[in-house]
Amino acid sequence: MTLNDALKEYCLRIADNSSILAHRLSEWSGHGPILEEDIAMSNMALDLIGQARGFYSYAATLEGKGRTEDDLAFRRDTREFVSRNLVEQPDNKDFGTAMLRSFLYSCLSYLQFRALMNSKDETISGLSAKAIKEVTYHVRHCGDWVVRLGDGTEESHRRISNSVEDLWMYTSELFEQNEVDALLVKEGVAVDLNTLKQDWLNLVDEIFAQAKLTKPAEGGYQSSGGINGMHTEHLGYILAEMQFLPRAYPDAIW
Amino acid sequence: MTISKEAVWEMLNSIPDPEVPAISIVELGVVRDVKVEGSSVIVDMTPTYTGCPAMKMMEDQVKAKLMLEGLDVKVNVVFKPAWTTDWMSDATKEKLRAYGIAPPDKLSFENLHPFAKSDKGPLKCPFCRSENTALTSQFGSTACKALYFCNECRQPFEHFKCH
Repeated sequence: MTLNDALKEYCLRIADNSSILAHRLSEWSGHGPILEEDIAMSNMALDLIGQARGFYSYAATLEGKGRTEDDLAFRRDTREFVSRNLVEQPDNKDFGTAMLRSFLYSCLSYLQFRALMNSKDETISGLSAKAIKEVTYHVRHCGDWVVRLGDGTEESHRRISNSVEDLWMYTSELFEQNEVDALLVKEGVAVDLNTLKQDWLNLVDEIFAQAKLTKPAEGGYQSSGGINGMHTEHLGYILAEMQFLPRAYPDAIW
Repeated sequence: MTISKEAVWEMLNSIPDPEVPAISIVELGVVRDVKVEGSSVIVDMTPTYTGCPAMKMMEDQVKAKLMLEGLDVKVNVVFKPAWTTDWMSDATKEKLRAYGIAPPDKLSFENLHPFAKSDKGPLKCPFCRSENTALTSQFGSTACKALYFCNECRQPFEHFKCH
């Protein structure tokens, strides 16, 4: 694998995660529990779409085959998506699940962008310096809600505890790496996710303690394989909706 | 026709921010550089937020403005260095306040920790200057603003976030 191929793959991962999570958040547009949250979720979706655009565009440039950011987002199938399984998980219109999903992902994204600001690749460091400020707000906002719901009423505590049980099995996968990471870490372009794991746990523990939530016991089933294109059944449904228009009307332009 | 760099900057400075028309796109800090060669102009622009939907509109406005002057325009989107509210001058921040938006403070890197406790004290209401204000939501009508409420004059207001 060449450095160029590895870098393209790395950018696709960040872009896929951002775009799939953005899709999940945008499902709440017009359906938020209160107006301010409706706006907040749409805003977070917008930030993520912006991040996805930056990384898709860069991936397209690195690939150099004339594909555009839109081709990468709308003309690839499930097995080609290299996003983490966490971001595609449905929330079944449970607000707490949606907040927890974004919180768990954003904590890692925050740490990753913080490290990537020092990447030897200028485009990666530039995009990361931009994205980290946005993601900081996402962690703060979603973390606030995890606390409010966890330390809220009996019902809100019960429901977000269930969300923790449902989503925890997708957390180890956030740290899975392959030869792409190995190559890029060696070149000072990417960050070794293993070095971020403890910091991620600290962020999660801090919020869970305030929220009076407990982490599921270690050793339970953990999902695997997103970076190799192995996904849960939910991704296909997301892509069917997200990609419908450009596939049905290939000449459509923005 | 040929045109001076200064004249181009002046023209760009007459384009209002589509979301916050009290300030221009130059005052906002999104125009990073202008290069002029004969009748060709290259404008470097950087987005405020990566997903800012007003970015495309700003690009279009820049192109339209300069094309009307008979210039050949190219807009280059640059990501580095990343846009920051620190690029707004005090005069620009005062314009925001007069428009009813509490301006951003200076960016501190402690603010970049998600659980940072701000040491800056309460935000002042842009209308009555009271410090008896409360955050309604981290996210407002645009990505760059948060929603606040003034308990003194009972007015909701927006805060241009430090970024």
